[in-house]
Amino acid sequence: MKEKFTGSSQYVASDDLLTTVNIAMTLQKPLLVKGEPGTGKTMLAKAVADALGMELITWNIKSTTKAQDGLYVYDVVQRLYDSQFGTSGVDNIAQYIKLGKLGEAFQREKQAVLLIDEIDKADLEFPNDLLWELDQMEFYIPELHQTVKAIERPVVIITSNAEKELPDAFLRRCIFHYIEFPDEDEMRKILDVHFDNLDEELVNQALAAFYYIRTLPALQKKPSTSELIDWLRALQYGGVSADQIKKKIPYAGVLLKKDKDLEILRRQLDRR
Amino acid sequence: MFIEFFYYLRSRGIKVSLNEWMTLLEAMEKGLHHSTLTGFYNLCRAVLIHDESDFDKFDQVFLEFFEGVEYPGEIPDEFMQRLNHPVVDVEEVKIDLAKLGFAPEEMEDILAFIQDRLNRQNEEHNGGNTWIGTHGYTPAGNSGWHPHGVRIGGQSKFRTARAVAGERKFRDFRKDNTLDTRGFQMAFRTLRSLSARTDTQEKELDVDATVRATGDKGGLLDVRYRPPRKNTIKVLLLMDSGGSIEDYANLCSMLFQAAVKSNSFKELHIYYFHNCIFDNVYSKPDIKLENKIPVDWLFRQYGPEYRVIFVGDAMMDPYELHGHDYNWGLREFSDYSGYDTFMRFLKAYPHCVWLNPEKKPAHPGYWFRTYQELEQIFPMYHLSQEGLEDAMHRLMQRQ
Repeated sequence: MKEKFTGSSQYVASDDLLTTVNIAMTLQKPLLVKGEPGTGKTMLAKAVADALGMELITWNIKSTTKAQDGLYVYDVVQRLYDSQFGTSGVDNIAQYIKLGKLGEAFQREKQAVLLIDEIDKADLEFPNDLLWELDQMEFYIPELHQTVKAIERPVVIITSNAEKELPDAFLRRCIFHYIEFPDEDEMRKILDVHFDNLDEELVNQALAAFYYIRTLPALQKKPSTSELIDWLRALQYGGVSADQIKKKIPYAGVLLKKDKDLEILRRQLDRR
Repeated sequence: MFIEFFYYLRSRGIKVSLNEWMTLLEAMEKGLHHSTLTGFYNLCRAVLIHDESDFDKFDQVFLEFFEGVEYPGEIPDEFMQRLNHPVVDVEEVKIDLAKLGFAPEEMEDILAFIQDRLNRQNEEHNGGNTWIGTHGYTPAGNSGWHPHGVRIGGQSKFRTARAVAGERKFRDFRKDNTLDTRGFQMAFRTLRSLSARTDTQEKELDVDATVRATGDKGGLLDVRYRPPRKNTIKVLLLMDSGGSIEDYANLCSMLFQAAVKSNSFKELHIYYFHNCIFDNVYSKPDIKLENKIPVDWLFRQYGPEYRVIFVGDAMMDPYELHGHDYNWGLREFSDYSGYDTFMRFLKAYPHCVWLNPEKKPAHPGYWFRTYQELEQIFPMYHLSQEGLEDAMHRLMQRQ
């Protein structure tokens, strides 16, 4: 049996998630993680890497990212430039081939964790362009007549915010997990990881207020874990006493970022 | 046969491919289901389902299959063989529990509990209903007393698969729920036809290819062009306004917003009608005479390449659909009946769909006669995210 992921001191994972991570690792398939913003999708990869003592290679996807960028880039312009000044080594194309993040992960002697972060940001065709590479863990560089093959298959973790739908062919090859928004007990554990000494009454009141806000209808953007953490910091620094929290919800601007949402909260509070 | 679960999933609309199924088998050979129903549930969901909106459907199907409610026969031997490696050995259970981090005194309770279950299992072996829907087959009770499955010390993380599936907490993610505008926008994005596929004469400079080609030629400029990648889809949106559709005003306005916001069409034109279209449509939702636009003008203005989307509940008096509209101002009947007008649309535009916020009733009454009739003319879809997606796919097909 290979090494198993059981969570880490910095990351609280639910049972389901642990199972899924281990399924993906045993089957050597990419793990696709979806979930509300702030549920710790990106952190998961770091936690897996830490727990298993592997290197984490992060490939941040932007709207302009192309699949090719992850494999390798051939810097023709540099080569042309060098040739005009007669710099040595122009004949050696390999000098102008730079491996992307995926290529980097393939070349590691030790197994690494490759995080493809926010894959849905890229063009709709992007995931399809990576099918073969992720399946076979190899790609071909025509300029060098060379195949780059993974020495140790990296653990691939892909996150998505579901901004775009991913193609079926791609999904079929992934192990899928949806991170639910943590309930109150899980949230306490998460807070314990982030804070050293929190007043228990403060946490109780703050969590009650937080989950109350999340149930408000018609919110455009519900507050997430990271906003809760910021808010607790603010409450600590502000020295707000616990009994005021639920009544007034001070510093609500930390939790809710949209004017409209704040307006909804204000109206609800007035009604009470 | 184990394979029956596969067909059952597929028959209930969960599109499981053979590849995924093979992956599942491979995973089971590697013991990733941990010989429990809960483990099997988690494994199936991770491998076979790729969208949280399908979780609820999967939960339901899983429940049905394993509760034997709609599944007529008993759970097949072969399947149970795979699932069932009963942990009768108490020592083994102890080791397992220790691995899970239980203190020895806690273990005593659990073991007593397990022993009790085991005894009862033996007594009630035939047709006992203590065990999960197996018609007397004990093994699914596996999850009842395997340490991974039983609810020990009230810790909710050891929920049984049935309990987990039974909670159906992914109900909100179902696609047949009507969702926010982003869901609609996503669906509208299906309507994409990049002009790279159609033939346009105009081309744009391909900078990357030019740099590459120039570099390859040792600095001799080599300019490359490519066809532009822009959406060429044009859409004509015709919305019912006023009357019975008011109940769905919110939903329709969300659709409207999504269509406008998605901003990916080359052209989007929106017109309104009330219940049925005769000779005119209206440029504003208030259906006032001064805003009327003749249908003939639409046909002239917008060619057959337009995708036409009707939105309405399709419920009206049958006379409204088949009779001619009488204009009290001009004291004359419309040239065409509603039915004829819809047929003219169908003839003019090869790509038409109808989105209906009203679900098709089980027992159609008087007001649904036109619903049925219009359904015969246009491909009709329910106005939900799933329905919209289907409709958009339909619009992309050559009909």
